[in-house]
Amino acid sequence: MTAPRTLYDKIWDDHVVHQAEDGTCLLYIDRHLVHEVTSPQAFEGLRMTGRKVRAPEKTIAVPDHNVPTTLDRANAATMTEDSRIQVAALDKNAKDFGINYYPVSDVRQCIVHIVGPEQGWTLPGMTVVCGDSHTATHGAFGALAHGIGTSEVEHVLATQTLIQRKGKNMKVEITGSLRPGVTAKDITLSVIGATGTAGGTGYVIEYCGQAIRELSMEGRMTVCNMAIEGGARAGLIAPDEKTFAYCMGRPHAPKGAKWEAALAYWKTLYTDEGAHFDKVVTIRGEDIAPVVTWGTSPEDVLPITGTVPAPESFTGGKVDAAKRSLDYMGLQPGQKLTDIAIDTVFIGSCTNGRIEDLRAAAAILKGKKIKVKRAMVVPGSGLVRAQAEEEGLAQIFLDAGFEWRLAGCSMCLAMNPDQLAPGERCAATSNRNFEGRQGRGGRTHLMSPAMAAAAAITGHLTDVRELMGETV
Amino acid sequence: MEKFTTLTGVAAPMPLVNIDTDMIIPKQFLKTIQRSGLGKNLFDEMRYTQAGEEIAEFVLNQPAYRHAQILVAGDNFGCGSSREHAPWALLDFGIRCVISTSFADIFFNNCFKNGILPVVLPQEAVDHLMDDARKGANARITVDLESQTVTASDGKTFKFEVDAFKKHCLMNGLDDIGLTLEKASAIDSYEAKNATLRPWA
Ligand code: SF4
Repeated sequence: MTAPRTLYDKIWDDHVVHQAEDGTCLLYIDRHLVHEVTSPQAFEGLRMTGRKVRAPEKTIAVPDHNVPTTLDRANAATMTEDSRIQVAALDKNAKDFGINYYPVSDVRQCIVHIVGPEQGWTLPGMTVVCGDSHTATHGAFGALAHGIGTSEVEHVLATQTLIQRKGKNMKVEITGSLRPGVTAKDITLSVIGATGTAGGTGYVIEYCGQAIRELSMEGRMTVCNMAIEGGARAGLIAPDEKTFAYCMGRPHAPKGAKWEAALAYWKTLYTDEGAHFDKVVTIRGEDIAPVVTWGTSPEDVLPITGTVPAPESFTGGKVDAAKRSLDYMGLQPGQKLTDIAIDTVFIGSCTNGRIEDLRAAAAILKGKKIKVKRAMVVPGSGLVRAQAEEEGLAQIFLDAGFEWRLAGCSMCLAMNPDQLAPGERCAATSNRNFEGRQGRGGRTHLMSPAMAAAAAITGHLTDVRELMGETV
Repeated sequence: MEKFTTLTGVAAPMPLVNIDTDMIIPKQFLKTIQRSGLGKNLFDEMRYTQAGEEIAEFVLNQPAYRHAQILVAGDNFGCGSSREHAPWALLDFGIRCVISTSFADIFFNNCFKNGILPVVLPQEAVDHLMDDARKGANARITVDLESQTVTASDGKTFKFEVDAFKKHCLMNGLDDIGLTLEKASAIDSYEAKNATLRPWA
């Protein structure tokens, strides 16, 4: 009898290529995703040393961070010179090294974390890495997925392995069911609010419990996506029938006998009864409300019914950090969150740019007009965009006064022209509210797509549950 | 990669907690396809006005800290994105060591790949070194990787932990990829085994 193992332990064990005496491991990587911002120096390193990509068939590249999302983006003038150079470098590197590639002109082009699941590259039990911290998204499939730096990108390209030490196991259990109007985004933000942005440092989180099981695959991706905001390297969820149904028939998922063999293996991917977790956090699903962030750290989370906190209500270094946040955000302690007026609404990103996110927002927006200065929807992928058009969602957004964009990271990090002006206040479905994240001086409040839609039609932060009576 | 053995230098105090990678190097500077040249934009939005003028109060703009080689920082330094541009910018500015109570995981790893030593110490030790750092050029701090110690200007010494493999690579300036390629046969046999066990992968 082997000792009971967690899901993380199992995936880890199945990928160890070599273990040194001091515990440093060489871990095999099944899928390597690549985008234009964190890869040029890595490919350059390969060229300088005359090295090749060891497993080009397991390497998938897509430009997303820099690409314009306006309809005229085929026109090169929509990009700045340095953005153009970066995207051109990825075009060339993909070609020279023979890796799988989805160029800007391809309908499957999308945010890097959307391509893996959508095309069936990401499968249960795999190790998935990318030079991007939100790689944790793929953990929704019961894959061990995490972000790496550019030197590690080069290392994976050259060796298909990563030098790693094993992290600790943390369990985050969400019991019971969510209340109406509460979504996966509210779960993940609430967890960070409870643990802090460093609460998961050194851990791999396994999300479990009834509320997690009840989420769709897309909701699970939203939850795992923000594991990194809680400091964890990766977050994962044991695969189940929903996972298998999602994977089946995807372009790069196994077929026939291989599918059967895969399925038999995937069904062994769960945490054994009695396996040890180094840390456990339990939250009641019923206790989670629609939340928004008020500050400049993702841990600055409050239920929408709350008020802006006073810096003195914190301890240690957080007192000064909260003062700085409030100053940056232009907020006063005691102010009701629902009194905060919003200028701009951004719906998109690898956190909330999938079809269900667009459906949730459209359900609130149907037949309404926006009261904010500008609002945009940036679908996470070209295929999501096409599907939303087919379902009539695009028209709902357009009728409400939203811009309907092409796929990309867009205003999630504002590397392309989609940026906030100083002082501009945004209700965003993305994942980071750091100072300057969406543009220098821009003020970001993170929330779910439904909550962002609610803010769009009222012009201020709004409890979506108040609008749902009319729309549901 | 440049070796790291010992370092004695001026430390800049940055007590703010949760200093994220967007602060260290904002995204507009990620469009480079090189590793060098980012030092001038280190902490750009804290360091310069929108018009590009230096903000006098910002620590690295003060005369005492313009050549700082060490940062003493608040908890959870380097949280946020995986951008290795953050350590590249620190290194290009001249920072070889960052001391804090904790670091975000990916940033922590990225430092070692670039010859920067991230040192984790308990709160009291960081507070002591922070006070030292506030004294400016009068208080030089010594970091010794071999003996795993940080010594404050008053001679008080703090011992820190570091992963043995990472220490070895940093002290010898070793390239990880070269080391891993020495294990190519282990990778080959893993792949061969995997082709039967998990052919779909
Ligand atoms: S959408 Fe945002 S978080 Fe996701 S990969 Fe793009 S920039 Fe990163």
